[in-house]
Amino acid sequence: MMAFSSLRSVSVDLNHDASLLIDIPDALCERDKVKFTVHTKTTLSSFQKPDFSVPRQHEDFIWLHDTLVETEDYAGLIIPPAPPKPDFDSPREKMHKLGEGEATMTKEEYTKMKQELEAEYLAVFKKTVQVHEIFLQRLSSHPVLSKDRNFQIFLEYDQDLSVRRKNAKEMFGGFFKNMVKSADEVLISGVKEVDDFFEQEKTFLLDYYSKIKDSTAKAEKMTRAHKNIADDYIHISATLNSLAADDMTANKNLNIILSLQKVEGRVASDQDLKLTELLRYYMRDIQAAKDLLYRRARALADYENSNKALDKARLKSKDIPQAEEHQRQCLQKFDKLSESGKKELTSFKGRRVVAFRKNFIEMAELEIKHAKNSVTLLQGCIELLKSN
Amino acid sequence: MFHFHAQNLFQLEEEEEEEEEDKFDIFVSVKDPEKIGETTLPMFRNKTFTVRRRFSDFLGLYEKLSEKHGPNGFIVPPPPEKSLLGMTKVKVGKEDSSSTDFVERRRGALERYLQRVVNHPSLLQDPDVREFLEREELPRAVSTQALSGAGFLKMINKATDAVSKMTIKMNESDVWFEEKLQEVESADQQFRKLHALVESLVVHRKELSLNTASFAKSAAMLGSAEDNTALSRALSQLAEVEDKMEQLHQEQAANDTFTFAEMIADYIRLLGAVRGSFDHRMKAWQRWQDAQSMLQKKRETEAKLLWANKPDKLQLAKEEIAEWEAKVTQYERDFERVSATVRKEVIRFEREKTKNCKRQIIKYLECLLQSQQQLIKYWEAFLPEAKAIA
Repeated sequence: MMAFSSLRSVSVDLNHDASLLIDIPDALCERDKVKFTVHTKTTLSSFQKPDFSVPRQHEDFIWLHDTLVETEDYAGLIIPPAPPKPDFDSPREKMHKLGEGEATMTKEEYTKMKQELEAEYLAVFKKTVQVHEIFLQRLSSHPVLSKDRNFQIFLEYDQDLSVRRKNAKEMFGGFFKNMVKSADEVLISGVKEVDDFFEQEKTFLLDYYSKIKDSTAKAEKMTRAHKNIADDYIHISATLNSLAADDMTANKNLNIILSLQKVEGRVASDQDLKLTELLRYYMRDIQAAKDLLYRRARALADYENSNKALDKARLKSKDIPQAEEHQRQCLQKFDKLSESGKKELTSFKGRRVVAFRKNFIEMAELEIKHAKNSVTLLQGCIELLKSN
Repeated sequence: MFHFHAQNLFQLEEEEEEEEEDKFDIFVSVKDPEKIGETTLPMFRNKTFTVRRRFSDFLGLYEKLSEKHGPNGFIVPPPPEKSLLGMTKVKVGKEDSSSTDFVERRRGALERYLQRVVNHPSLLQDPDVREFLEREELPRAVSTQALSGAGFLKMINKATDAVSKMTIKMNESDVWFEEKLQEVESADQQFRKLHALVESLVVHRKELSLNTASFAKSAAMLGSAEDNTALSRALSQLAEVEDKMEQLHQEQAANDTFTFAEMIADYIRLLGAVRGSFDHRMKAWQRWQDAQSMLQKKRETEAKLLWANKPDKLQLAKEEIAEWEAKVTQYERDFERVSATVRKEVIRFEREKTKNCKRQIIKYLECLLQSQQQLIKYWEAFLPEAKAIA
């Protein structure tokens, strides 16, 4: 069981509208389940209290996301991507391997490895809290989504949400989501575009998505290699320790290897947070933008179909008023989607640029900080060795 | 220009030993050694000279030296193995980088091997060493098969078996030797473990280098797809930084290999030689003991003959006793001499080891330091690009 408190969101500039402030001040990790404490501070009268907290599980967030996606009224909005499931597989597997290999290690080596794993566990934990928090903050800062009834329920309802969740699942059946996954690429590229803006967006988003997906994967591999090096340093320093008994120089070297290991570990996790997580988040966000394009394309297809139906009705001189009404509705829906979609995609651009800037600056500053740290350590050690 | 068949050697060995031996164009230059004590070493004709030697020549030299000086208790430095036994093959990356590594490792190991030989005051006196360093053309060394990795290891293993069988029988005055041997054996274990770990570090660093290069390409692609101008520039700048990082990681992997891993490999071989010297001491002791039992037998025979009253045989017996008494005295003296040598050699070995290790570690850390300083420069150059994003 692990408790965790206080985390500042990293990715996007959110939460400056004081009328609705949300954060996840702490979370509990119990075996496989993570329980997030969702804390709300609000001046809005639609809520019963000005300051309150509720416990929520990951599945509750997914429920909220899915109900938003499946709400017709929000078809013209970019729905913030759902936070990914907390994934403790990697540290858990390593912990298991460590347990098996305990006999072959010295006590110090084992302790150090265990500490490293606990740090890794904590890092995964921090990341998952961050990503769940950002999801809620995206909603609270959106003029339309922040007013959603289910969002309010999510924030306020002080009983277990899982009962409500089950009912909702029965209502929507999750059918829509499956459809989106399989059809969107084809439909988006197939539709004849009338609007220059959307034509450009379509090309841009499809291309950008595949490239950012690739970058995310490559950044992940870099981070993993860094971690492997940090782990190697632990084992090396432990072995030097065993040799140190008969060698004074090795004793001094031991400390520096351990410190270098710590730095390498920090480099790895910072790179992970600032670079890999950034890329991963925007990859999902772009997917959400693509979903918007898909919905618009579907609305356009519906409109075109309604035109065809109207023509048919006129030919047959049958059910013309219904066909006309249907056509009018389709057009209205399409226009509304286009208007709202344009706004959303434009602000998305701005958001993305701001986030990249912030994270790149922080990443560079951290790299410099860690390297300066290493330099000091190394210079000190070399001094010491030379003076003897 | 290298004419080289590393791994293929094993197959070629049997049938083509005469033809396809690897030929190293290694130019080893040895400067006139400094004055040691009072001797000025006029034995070298020139101050600086270069010769061409084959890998098998190095092995041949070792065999000669170990035959002559090993039994006296000297720690004869061993050359690198004929095959890559004991070294994990690093196959990450392109084919040629892995074989370039191997070639460089071997070259460095041979150089250090020679350096250790000439640093040893007694070995430097050996005419075979001088010949090796000076003579234009060396006759081909035969029967270096014994020094293939497997043969070498077998030799060491036989020695350690002998040692472990005899240790129980030695008396307390040898406590120093007993303790030292234990230290050597545990150090050997730790060094082997350390070597494997450092090789693993090298593999991971090479992986990091590859992954960084791969990411750099991807970031450049992303930059070209980005429609915000400043962000696009920043992304391509990031790609450049990561490219430079890849270079740093490569250099670091080389540092890990040649400064760190190779040093450890050297010591694993040397520890084998140390154990070899203990083995020779054991053999000297055994010879002395055997002579003593033989003497005892001869005395018993004499006693029996006294009873049997056979004057001729008795005379022979008396002669034999005198012979074996002399041998016992000789072998005891030999044993003491060898023990003294081993002791001196071990102390010298430890002193040299500490000195060398320290030097290597400083070198390793200085390389790391340089790398980190470069890293700072690269990221500091990137920072304004990141801040310029709007």
